[in-house]
Amino acid sequence: MKGSNFIDNLPKVYGIYTGGFIGFIIIMAIAEQMGMSAKAIGIAFVAFTVFIYALIGWLSRTAQADAYYVAGRQVPTVFNGMATAADWMSGASFVAMAGGIYFKGYGYMALLVGWTGGYVLVASLLAPYLRKFGCYTVPDFIGTRYGGNLARFSAVVVLTVASFTYVTAQINATGTIASVALDIPFQYAVYIGLISILLCSMLGGMRGVTWTQVAQYIVLIIAYLLPVFWISNKMGAGFFPHFMLADEVARIGELEQQFGFVANSKENLAMVPKGLAGITKAHSAVNATPWAFISLALAMMMGTASLPHVMMRYFTTPSVKAARKSVGWSLFFIFLLYSSAPMLATLSKLSLIDPNLSTGIIGKTFAEVEAIDWYQNWNQANLMFISDFNGNGTVELNEFFMGGKAVVLATPEIAGLPYVISGLVAAGGMAAAMSTADGLILAIANAISHDVYYKIIDPKAETAKRLVVARVLLVVIGFAGATIAAMEIQGILGSVIWAFDFAMSGLFFPLVLGVWWKRANRQGAIAGMLGGLAAGTWYLVWVRTGGSGFLGITQLTFGIFGSAVSLVAMIVVSLMTQEPDKATQKMVDEVRVPSGKTILGKQ
Amino acid sequence: MSNQEKHWEKSRSLLFITLAIWFIFSIGIFLFGAEMNEVTGPFGYPWTYWFTCQGSLGAFVILIFWFANRQEKIDEEFGFSEREDE
Repeated sequence: MKGSNFIDNLPKVYGIYTGGFIGFIIIMAIAEQMGMSAKAIGIAFVAFTVFIYALIGWLSRTAQADAYYVAGRQVPTVFNGMATAADWMSGASFVAMAGGIYFKGYGYMALLVGWTGGYVLVASLLAPYLRKFGCYTVPDFIGTRYGGNLARFSAVVVLTVASFTYVTAQINATGTIASVALDIPFQYAVYIGLISILLCSMLGGMRGVTWTQVAQYIVLIIAYLLPVFWISNKMGAGFFPHFMLADEVARIGELEQQFGFVANSKENLAMVPKGLAGITKAHSAVNATPWAFISLALAMMMGTASLPHVMMRYFTTPSVKAARKSVGWSLFFIFLLYSSAPMLATLSKLSLIDPNLSTGIIGKTFAEVEAIDWYQNWNQANLMFISDFNGNGTVELNEFFMGGKAVVLATPEIAGLPYVISGLVAAGGMAAAMSTADGLILAIANAISHDVYYKIIDPKAETAKRLVVARVLLVVIGFAGATIAAMEIQGILGSVIWAFDFAMSGLFFPLVLGVWWKRANRQGAIAGMLGGLAAGTWYLVWVRTGGSGFLGITQLTFGIFGSAVSLVAMIVVSLMTQEPDKATQKMVDEVRVPSGKTILGKQ
Repeated sequence: MSNQEKHWEKSRSLLFITLAIWFIFSIGIFLFGAEMNEVTGPFGYPWTYWFTCQGSLGAFVILIFWFANRQEKIDEEFGFSEREDE
């Protein structure tokens, strides 16, 4: 995997890969017809795809710093877009997003708007300028722009807090999927997930991660779109669901009115297994206040623009121009999945609650539902539950409970698709979680090896030694993440959202003002990073321990408070201290011009 | 004003336009979420619902490509575009 020859052949290489993967799906489908067991299919899907990623990781091995940290800065726009999309869409996006929409409706959709709108900020405020800078890591930019080890170190601290919060959730997700697909206990599955993740990144660093992420994107997008289209066609809802589900959305509204959202008593809810929820929110009606919606969207947008594992993907493009375009492609590839999640939620909900459909269970008797195969399976997996609270013998809307993950995992089975699709979905979820975990672990390990070890501790270290340190850190951080994931503290989505808030609290304004405000100086940036992170963390702890909060800022949007503190601290401290020296101001001027050498390339 | 200052001034106005459009689709329209949802929009979905599923998301994709092209034109105009390119 060396030289420009490989780059030129990329469309062919990934074309063959995609064809091969589709071929594999067909072989599995045939094997299923011939009597291959569901369990064997699940194992085959996960094992086959993980093997391919490991192979790519091995082929991408490198001993050069440039290739290890920024994939040699030669990743073409469209492929970087795919890699970013995989980097971005986590196990949570893949497995939990449709479920979130299903249960929470409009209030949850703020996440879709936030997680896409943030890319406009990335493209216009940051990515092209950081690419021009020519840095290896995000703290590299902070450290050079503001100068001094303390600024650099503060950026590493914020990066580590945010990314580590995120990565435990991803390792948790790989563990969950591996444990279901391979049928092994979660505590072991977590480490199998971790080893798969490390196989992709350890030898090739950013280069290995880039090419595996492209491969993982292809798997995850096929695994998401194929069932959505198939289910939609099978239900007769329309051959292109995105444009044709208006009647289904309206029908859900009708049924919700007809059944009514009856609240369950506390005693009744105590009988429902943990983590399962009932349908209590309208599907398409606006059920959140404008501020609740906007504050969540805003927090996710600013968080997107501050998360280092996304930003560092744009360091790998060949030019500033390519970095900008690449952001557009990233969002396009993300859009393909995000715009499908609400459609899947709609199809899933309608197929379960519409009494006119054969799959509908509302209005059936308990004996009937308990006899259904898929109900038994998912009840056993602790993802579905019914209970006759009012004792009338038929299932009501408020007597049916489901886990968020079930929307993606169980809908294909409910709609009567062959098991091969469930195996495919497991491989897709695994790809989504692995690609994000890889990006995150690499972001942390690179920041510590490059910014702390090389730039602060031992600036004379040779490349070979630096790369050994980088790899050791990668393994250590991975194991730390897996160990915490094995303890199962937070749900997948909770910790993902916190990561955005941590990142925006500490990094958003120091990054943006570094480019857009020449007067910003070292003292201001340090105050902004540490003050913002401290304020955000304080707010989170305060709300979690029973604090009432203010301005409607919740534990999911604490970054709004953190970043506001960060902005004020940065401006006040900057203005109170000396303006940056001439050399720094000249550097900022140069960052704003796309042509010419990178800033760091000149030193 | 030097060439570079002019370039930056133009880039900055492009940023403000981009952020204004971004603001409309990410924040502005959701101030009126409840009212807008009463009206039937594209493909028969209620307007607000459609925006959260597809509308805003798609608008962001188009906005970024539009921004990238405009910025490239500005760079070319002032002779700041990169030479060796793919």
